[in-house]
Amino acid sequence: MDGNWIDTLLIPAIKAIVVTLGLLAAFAYMTLAERKLCARFQLRYGPNQAGPFGIFQPIADALKAIFKEEVIPEHVDKWLYVLCPVLAMVPAILAFAVIPIGRPIVIAGHTVTLQLADINVGLLYPMAVAGLGAYGIVLGGWSSNNNYSLLGALRTTAQIISYELPMGLALVSLVVVTGTLRMSGIVEYQAALPLIVLQPIGFLIYFICGLAETNRSPFDFPETENELISGYNTEYGGIKFALFFMAEYINMIVVSALTATLFLGGWQGPILPGWLWFFIKTAFMLFVFVWVRASLPRARYDKLMRFCWKFLTPLALANLLVTAVVVLILRG
Amino acid sequence: MSIVSAVKGFYQILKAMAVTLKYFFTKPLTVQYPKEKIRLYPRFRGRHELQRRPEGLELCVGCGLCAAICPARAIYVEAAENTDEARFSATERYARVYEINYTRCIFCGFCEEACPTGALKLGHEFALARASRGELVMGKEALLQPATPHAIILED
Repeated sequence: MDGNWIDTLLIPAIKAIVVTLGLLAAFAYMTLAERKLCARFQLRYGPNQAGPFGIFQPIADALKAIFKEEVIPEHVDKWLYVLCPVLAMVPAILAFAVIPIGRPIVIAGHTVTLQLADINVGLLYPMAVAGLGAYGIVLGGWSSNNNYSLLGALRTTAQIISYELPMGLALVSLVVVTGTLRMSGIVEYQAALPLIVLQPIGFLIYFICGLAETNRSPFDFPETENELISGYNTEYGGIKFALFFMAEYINMIVVSALTATLFLGGWQGPILPGWLWFFIKTAFMLFVFVWVRASLPRARYDKLMRFCWKFLTPLALANLLVTAVVVLILRG
Repeated sequence: MSIVSAVKGFYQILKAMAVTLKYFFTKPLTVQYPKEKIRLYPRFRGRHELQRRPEGLELCVGCGLCAAICPARAIYVEAAENTDEARFSATERYARVYEINYTRCIFCGFCEEACPTGALKLGHEFALARASRGELVMGKEALLQPATPHAIILED
């Protein structure tokens, strides 16, 4: 047993801490990056006063959020109200556990996979956990006991039943191609060719659903600030609001990392080390997220439902059918 | 929704995103104001500046035409006679009190056009924020000060 505890306990624990802290740091700088990128899309500079190029802006924002007065409105359901920001954020961080960020490395005789858990249902896991994240938003809107928050929560519900189906179907056709649900297996499959080449429609469907999953523009219905005055988080302030914000951004990072892993070849790439390729691909997807936000106006939420049910779902089914037939023919 | 309209819509979205990407690589329009000077055209109308003759006498003769034409009734002029002991302008009369109320002024420039002696000019001073309303009613001493606007005056 001795020596084994390092592999089974110590290394996963260290990896878990690194992933959590890394995601929190990535969240902090993602807020800055988004504000700067959005600003450049609108011919502005964005925050540039706190430190050189505004690099201390996230720290200033965090301090402000933490030291704000704790306000719990009297009409809220206190238990759920306090619980929901956590409920929204924890699944967002959990979902990152299965994403491989580089080729395994060897430290002092121990092989360390740069992935928290390489479980055999790898692809299913982030889907399931991300689904849990919606509870934080739905219950947060419900417990706020406020019309606008409730409408935001309702829209989240309408949204989640719309996007999850085509998203799942798009991933099923991906699994049909790779023949494995294991994340490391999917990345290895893409050694020669990233899956976006084999599954361009699947990629598009997954990305559109990813925008809906992370409540990003043009599908940011739960918070539509001009109709619902920020929707589900209207009654939240200070650090509790920051936690919701964190959940949204970490979800965005997770979806970008998943897109990079599933369709863009993960850490596979020439010349540069694996983790750098993973980082570049994820950063590119995050840039696309911001780019889409800066370009497209918000859709109407019934239009998203119609689009998902009447267009994306049949398209994903057709994509699945064609993929299955082609795979069947090629494998004899 | 047909496939054709979906493809068309997708093309439209790509076009829109190309436009935003073009702006992403354009230099921002923001002027980092206290660090950079803003750019003004020469005909920009800012705070009034009362002019003097080269030898120092005021050009204003206290006729009150500016106050008469002012659509916002922002100008108050009180004239008095020049004497040999106290001479302010070259003519008989001068403006003993000359006040412009900048809470009312709309910077239309009618006063400048009405002025028969060319004593009143709208300068380039645009930073007119003050701590109280009282300070926004500026007297003759303040208006006689030549302005030093934090700006680059462009060619017309």
